[in-house]
Amino acid sequence: MSLTHTSPTRKLKDKSAYIIAGAAFVIAIIPLISILWTVIVKGAKDFDTYFLFHSMRNVAESDSFGGAYHAILGTLEQVGIAALITIPLSLMVGIYLVEYGRGRLSQAVTFFVDVMMGLPSIVAGLFILSVWILGAGFQASGFAASLALTILMLPVAVRSTEEMLKLVSPALREASYALGVPKWRTITKVVLPTALPGIVTGMMLGIARIMGETAPVLLLVGVTQSINGNPFSEPQGSLPLFVFNESQNSLQTAVDRGWAAALTLIILIMLLNLIARLIAWWKAPAASR
Amino acid sequence: MAKRIDVSGLSAYYGSVRAIEDISLTVEPRTVTAFIGPSGCGKSTVLRTLNRMHEVIPGTRVEGKVLLDDVDLYGPGIDPVAVRRTVGMVFQRPNPFPTMSIYENVAAGLRLNGVRGKSDLDGVVEHSLRGANLWNEVKDRLNKPGMGLSGGQQQRLCIARAIAVSPEVLLMDEPCSALDPISTLAIEDLIAQLKSEYTIVIVTHNMQQAARVSDRTAFFNIAGTGEPGKLIEIDETPRIFANPSQRATEDYITGRFG
Ligand SMILES: Nc1ncnc2c1ncn2[C@@H]1O[C@H](COP(=O)(O)OP(=O)(O)OP(=O)(O)O)[C@@H](O)[C@H]1O
Ligand SMILES: [Mg+2]
Repeated sequence: MSLTHTSPTRKLKDKSAYIIAGAAFVIAIIPLISILWTVIVKGAKDFDTYFLFHSMRNVAESDSFGGAYHAILGTLEQVGIAALITIPLSLMVGIYLVEYGRGRLSQAVTFFVDVMMGLPSIVAGLFILSVWILGAGFQASGFAASLALTILMLPVAVRSTEEMLKLVSPALREASYALGVPKWRTITKVVLPTALPGIVTGMMLGIARIMGETAPVLLLVGVTQSINGNPFSEPQGSLPLFVFNESQNSLQTAVDRGWAAALTLIILIMLLNLIARLIAWWKAPAASR
Repeated sequence: MAKRIDVSGLSAYYGSVRAIEDISLTVEPRTVTAFIGPSGCGKSTVLRTLNRMHEVIPGTRVEGKVLLDDVDLYGPGIDPVAVRRTVGMVFQRPNPFPTMSIYENVAAGLRLNGVRGKSDLDGVVEHSLRGANLWNEVKDRLNKPGMGLSGGQQQRLCIARAIAVSPEVLLMDEPCSALDPISTLAIEDLIAQLKSEYTIVIVTHNMQQAARVSDRTAFFNIAGTGEPGKLIEIDETPRIFANPSQRATEDYITGRFG
């Protein structure tokens, strides 16, 4: 056996694996790039500060001005409220499942989280519609949409919290217990900070997921062209819904606004991702920086 | 204030499996006691019953008594968290907290237990790091992450962290097994120094180490797989190595084992 001779078949296998992996990457990236490209090119036409800071109040679909401010504001508030409810709730559920949960109850919780994970968003919307609006008699509002978005974000957030907490080595918990630190302080001061970068990333993925949801807001926020800063009463705008409505219109002016709104939505989600990465980097164990 | 440990009739279980059976032994204050024996004979398990770390693993159980001076650690009303503050532990693998700096690691036991006050902490941190022979190496980078140290330094950091809460007893489970000979010597020297203040129990697979650092040595063994581990004998270290009273001990020490 020579140490310098590499068999030709192995070289061939290596090369082909390399090419296949490269090709798979290119194939996966093509749709992504083309979507981004299309949205940027078509959305750039109307996308400006006027668009960002004006609503559609008293604007006809055939007008070339008008903006998405009412929709941006609505989406930020709806998603913000959903995140405000979901983040503490999913943190506590995740901590319960990993640190305390044994037996029936935790199995049941895990099961329902799995089921909710696959829940179609329209079903979440219908559920809130039947319970909150038709059942309890509340009006359509941003908050109703927040409730549906909470249902959608919760399983993602719980699952990612759970996975990140499981990754924290038992040796760290033991190190803390051995110092005479009680369990709950060990969790809040040792386990959570160690898992934080991963948890933040998971939460942001959850937020990014619900930000683009159209079906539940379609059923729940009502119809308005005006700015409504109060998510608890009166209909509120929503960015994905705005994209949907404008793109359904036959007028080119409306379609252009739809593209600009789509671009806005993508930018918002990218900004969120960027912030998540910054937080994760800032909070990461210093040695790995 | 080192304390005496008095173990009697101690058995420990993982689920329904009995890992150690009917252990009785005494550890005098300000001495080093070494636990030796083949892998799986229950040395770590015995050690972890001494500060109630055994029960951290779900489904475990302990029978028998562990007296610390005159207090039964398994008596009614004893708080395991308070026990662990009194009986500190150093693990086989160095496990500094990854999110904390060197300073924070050493201060962790105090801070997490609610001690504030920078000047108090500063003093304890320096004293503990000096005690662990690490001060000179890290005094200029106390705010750097603890994970950035070498393995041997990390282990000494963990020792500093353990002594910072001023325990009465220090348990060490193979503290040198992941370390090079130089770091090992540094830790052995440290054990010799710490002996003047603490009661120390150390698990080791290294016979020379047991002979070098310990005053007394306990030999544990198992009859076979699935059998519980038992204490074969405990005696003055020179005696255990030169002239043990049990045949099994002699076989193990001379390498004629199994
Ligand atoms: N977490 C656990 N769950 C179940 N059984 C365990 C657990 N830890 C240890 N055991 C069992 O208990 C027995 C004693 O293990 P222990 O770790 O105390 O041995 P040891 O003497 O420390 O061995 P080593 O020298 O390899 O560290 C072994 O049979 C082991 O399989
Ligand atoms: Mg062991």
